[in-house]
Amino acid sequence: MISPATGVRLLAGPSLQAGPETLAQHSARLGSFPSFSKGELIKVIDAAGLRGRGGASFPTARKWTAVRQRSRGDAVVVANGAETEPLSGKDRLLLTSRPHQVLDGVVLAAEAVSASRAVIYISRAHDEAADAMTAAIAERRGSWTLPLRVTVVRAPHRYVAGEESAAISHINGGAARPTMVPPRPFERGVDGRPSVVQNIETLAHAAVIARHGAEAFRGAGVDGATGTVLVTMAAAIHTPGVYELAGGSTIAQAVSAGGGATASVAAVLVGGYFGRWIAAEEAWDLRLGVDVPLGSGTLAIFPHGRCGLTQAAALIGFLARESARQCGPCEHGLAALADTTAELAAGRAKPRDAERLQRWIAQIAGRGACHHPDGALVMLGSALRVFAGDVNTHIKRGRCDRNPATLLPTPDWTGRRR
Amino acid sequence: MSQHIRVNPIRCDAFGMCAELLPERITLDDWGYPMVDQRQVTGTLLDLARKAVAACPTAALRLAAEDEPHR
Repeated sequence: MISPATGVRLLAGPSLQAGPETLAQHSARLGSFPSFSKGELIKVIDAAGLRGRGGASFPTARKWTAVRQRSRGDAVVVANGAETEPLSGKDRLLLTSRPHQVLDGVVLAAEAVSASRAVIYISRAHDEAADAMTAAIAERRGSWTLPLRVTVVRAPHRYVAGEESAAISHINGGAARPTMVPPRPFERGVDGRPSVVQNIETLAHAAVIARHGAEAFRGAGVDGATGTVLVTMAAAIHTPGVYELAGGSTIAQAVSAGGGATASVAAVLVGGYFGRWIAAEEAWDLRLGVDVPLGSGTLAIFPHGRCGLTQAAALIGFLARESARQCGPCEHGLAALADTTAELAAGRAKPRDAERLQRWIAQIAGRGACHHPDGALVMLGSALRVFAGDVNTHIKRGRCDRNPATLLPTPDWTGRRR
Repeated sequence: MSQHIRVNPIRCDAFGMCAELLPERITLDDWGYPMVDQRQVTGTLLDLARKAVAACPTAALRLAAEDEPHR
């Protein structure tokens, strides 16, 4: 399910449905393991323009430099594969089908930042991914291509478990809840050591760059969004799944790669449940990672036939349930937003409720220890703009003519431990 | 050196004493949690700000130098 892209492809190689690529297959396909010393890979990564693919899009070379400068040979690499975003599947696809590509990235990152330990952080809900990585580590044991201790740590399948300070906290034996920063992970992370927390896809790209060079990586994509990017497409798309696209591809190109929309499109949710809703007519020409942040790399195509307000109410309800409940503005604020949006969707709201939502959105912004509330506000604020027509209809008539069944999954995980 | 008020939102338990002691910089949201005006605190306000910091039952409030990271 890959669209053609120029440059080198991350998902080249055997069928992605064929199970984990073995070490022998991986070596035969890509040749010997690339060797770097003294952190010189960082310069290549910098020239390639690689940015983090976990959501924040931070320049990878800058992150690695900060850790290398603090490391006394004892830094830690955390390969973040929590992937608890319900719409995303790209990290699992890499972990289950290209474990050695990921492991190459981990080992190369470890040399670059001068690390003596690495942790691969995988959700408890993703056994196949954890099994593939455990097997890949075993295949390399004793080899010079695995010169440090690499372990798999399982993450609770809760939305904020992959936030980097939450990952550090859990690996250190605590709950997978965000902590106050500073100190940031690059200052004090796993076991108090300088740590780099890096998304799985980013590490896999780093391994591609190490083998093929910065120029080849830049053969795809545009300035600011170099290389290819894995995009998970969901909802009203002909063939949902993970696609490798050139950075800076437009939303129209992405939808076309997915076989087109299955219905007349009302809006697109870009970047997962922390992302933004964009009305279809404004969305098509936007370039992913350039005109609109790609966040966790997901695109949900939402059709005219469904009620956008009801969908947004379900999403903010999910994000409120997934609050770590540590900070008042997040715990109480998101709950209030969720309750009132649900009342609006159910046709039980008063006109002033729309104003209350706007007041709360302004009040809550920037006031959590982590960005969970801010991400929720981006999603809800953009939904209220894009689906303003639906909101008005619900206020006036109690409901709209569209199908209120939701299309995007909003599972209840509150029974799970953190 | 100019100073700002910072809240640790994990520690904060909405006692609200800060907003009573320093309404010039701190108001409460609809759930009783402090919203801090990020303008610097100088002169006589600085004394009041120190009292507010000392009065917080959960030690969630502090004065920070301007160049410290935001959160």
